[in-house]
Amino acid sequence: MSEPILELRDIKAGYGSIKALKGINIKVYEGEIVSIIGANGAGKSTTLMTICNIVQATSGDIFYKGERINNIVSDKLPKMGLCQVPEGRRIFPRLTIEENLDMGAFFRNDKEIEDDKERVFGMFPILRERCKQAGGTLSGGEQQMLAIGRALMSRPKVLLLDEPSLGLAPLIVKQIFSIIKEINSLGTTIILVEQNAKVALSMANRGYVLETGNVVMEDEAKALLNNPDIQKAYLGE
Amino acid sequence: MTIPEFKKHWTSLGIGMVWLFILLWPLLGIKPEGLEVASTFNVWWRIALGCSFLLFLYQLNKAGAFKFISRPAGAVAGSMKSATSMVPMAVWFVIGIACTALIPQFAGRYAQDVAINCMIYVCLGLGLNIVVGLAGMLDLGYIAFYGIGAYTYALLSVQFQLSFWICLPISAGMAGLGAWLIGYCSMRMRGDYLAIVTLGFAEICRMVLNNWMSLTNGPNGVTGIKAPGLYWFDFTNGMTLEHIWLKKLSLIYYVILILVVFTIIAVYRLQHSRIGRAWEAIREDETAAEVMGVPTFYMKLLAYCSGACFGGMAGAFYAARMRFVSPESFTFLESAMVLSMVVLGGMGSIPGVILGALALIALPEIFREFELYRMLVFGGVMTLMMLFRPQGMLPSKRTMRSGKD
Ligand SMILES: Nc1ncnc2c1ncn2[C@@H]1O[C@H](COP(=O)(O)OP(=O)(O)OP(=O)(O)O)[C@@H](O)[C@H]1O
Ligand SMILES: [Mg+2]
Repeated sequence: MSEPILELRDIKAGYGSIKALKGINIKVYEGEIVSIIGANGAGKSTTLMTICNIVQATSGDIFYKGERINNIVSDKLPKMGLCQVPEGRRIFPRLTIEENLDMGAFFRNDKEIEDDKERVFGMFPILRERCKQAGGTLSGGEQQMLAIGRALMSRPKVLLLDEPSLGLAPLIVKQIFSIIKEINSLGTTIILVEQNAKVALSMANRGYVLETGNVVMEDEAKALLNNPDIQKAYLGE
Repeated sequence: MTIPEFKKHWTSLGIGMVWLFILLWPLLGIKPEGLEVASTFNVWWRIALGCSFLLFLYQLNKAGAFKFISRPAGAVAGSMKSATSMVPMAVWFVIGIACTALIPQFAGRYAQDVAINCMIYVCLGLGLNIVVGLAGMLDLGYIAFYGIGAYTYALLSVQFQLSFWICLPISAGMAGLGAWLIGYCSMRMRGDYLAIVTLGFAEICRMVLNNWMSLTNGPNGVTGIKAPGLYWFDFTNGMTLEHIWLKKLSLIYYVILILVVFTIIAVYRLQHSRIGRAWEAIREDETAAEVMGVPTFYMKLLAYCSGACFGGMAGAFYAARMRFVSPESFTFLESAMVLSMVVLGGMGSIPGVILGALALIALPEIFREFELYRMLVFGGVMTLMMLFRPQGMLPSKRTMRSGKD
């Protein structure tokens, strides 16, 4: 295969004395959906936060499109096409839905922002209906849609999704995942962190399994789904 | 109104009153002769009676005894509200400014004095509102920038005879520079830590002003500051341009009025710009804003500095108006006062902050006779406000929209 669009080489990171990542290697190729699964506290969210430089890597290199991005300030990354939908949605509750979406395009000042907004409204019609309402008044699932929509406003090349199914009804989860697939088919590379390992692996190309700060397994998603160890530990079979 | 509810109210009132008595006793009862009950009891039974009466009224109201008044009153209030909301904010703004501009024409010296004071605090409140209300950073040392502005003009005027109008932007700039210096080191901190840093900074500023005798004349203050000057047509012999000092109270009143109008417009424009939106996003969720590409560090620094600039401007005016400055005008109490205005009026809401300034500066003047109890009433009112209207008197649209929080 060609050069990976995003690569983590031997990344170590943590919070003070707590070592959350103990040297992980992850490669993501353009156009893929890569799923990261693991138990609570395995370090999945920390991985995404380290990619975005919210958490500083203490050693190792992160390459994005061949460029080392360890020292790039987090607020420059969306402009380069790297955008995250953080765990727990974290929309701006008192801004309206429209303003929330505008914040996603904060660094942009081109003419196509309105077109992109229309595109997001097309994906999530409920957002158009409520567009003057405060973000905090949406339901959990609608907030997740808003969070994804907000990230799409930055026209990401690589979209990092942290547990998009958190606390959502099965039907909404299905809807969200089909939209993620759609986003991917339009050319966005996706890193998907999920508790819901079965669904995540069944839609991903490849998967990584994290355990207490280490990558313990990486493989084609199908192979992981059929792996008896994984089935026992993460798929509950 | 059910019987258990009825009972619950009276028991909690009873417990509250016993508690109040226990608190009051050491406050009022300790005399040189020893502990005495009579004087405490004297105050206490009045409070208890008053509260019982209020509770009685409340329960009657709950039971619907006042429906015959409250229903038509509610209808009238509702229709008034819809009528006022039809008029756009800009019209209210113009009406407000016009009324304020007329005050010196028929009000006395004292009223003008109070009004000027109010307007200084409106400027301060609006400046702090950027930092606290919009960007969501707790700043306990805002008054330092007011002090920097005041001393900048005072010293430039006394030492170099510079005119007020030149010094006004310089004062704002100096305050902004001070904010930049302290902000650059501390903007990475969040919440309580930032509050402590700003508090410390304000104290340092005051200490420097107090102790740098050769520059600031220490606690004695700086005297001999010039009032603002103006070139105006003089018609006595033909038409010549004449320089006049705006020493008359009614003239200086218009200077601050212009500053207030400028501040309101500037803050409004800032709030509704891209930058204002970014500030609000940072207030809502800093990490999320950063992940969305908002340069949070610079945006926060910008909020802090622009807030300081308005403070510095108000400070320069204060120096020009009093023609005397001393460090004791810039104590922590003043910071707390300005912060209370913002919180009381409604964070992030310009009309709210103006109302807050009026309430905290003008109302105490009206109740001057009760000077002794001013702080007591102040504390009481603040507590009640936080209980019943935590979002402030005139909350911003956002706060109302999201309901609670
Ligand atoms: N802000 C923080 N301060 C200190 N320790 C933290 C912090 N955030 C996470 N940790 C620790 O880092 C480790 C990894 O946390 P992380 O949030 O990455 O887990 P996760 O895999 O995302 O788990 P979950 O599935 O529950 O979201 C945990 O042991 C956690 O306690
Ligand atoms: Mg997580």
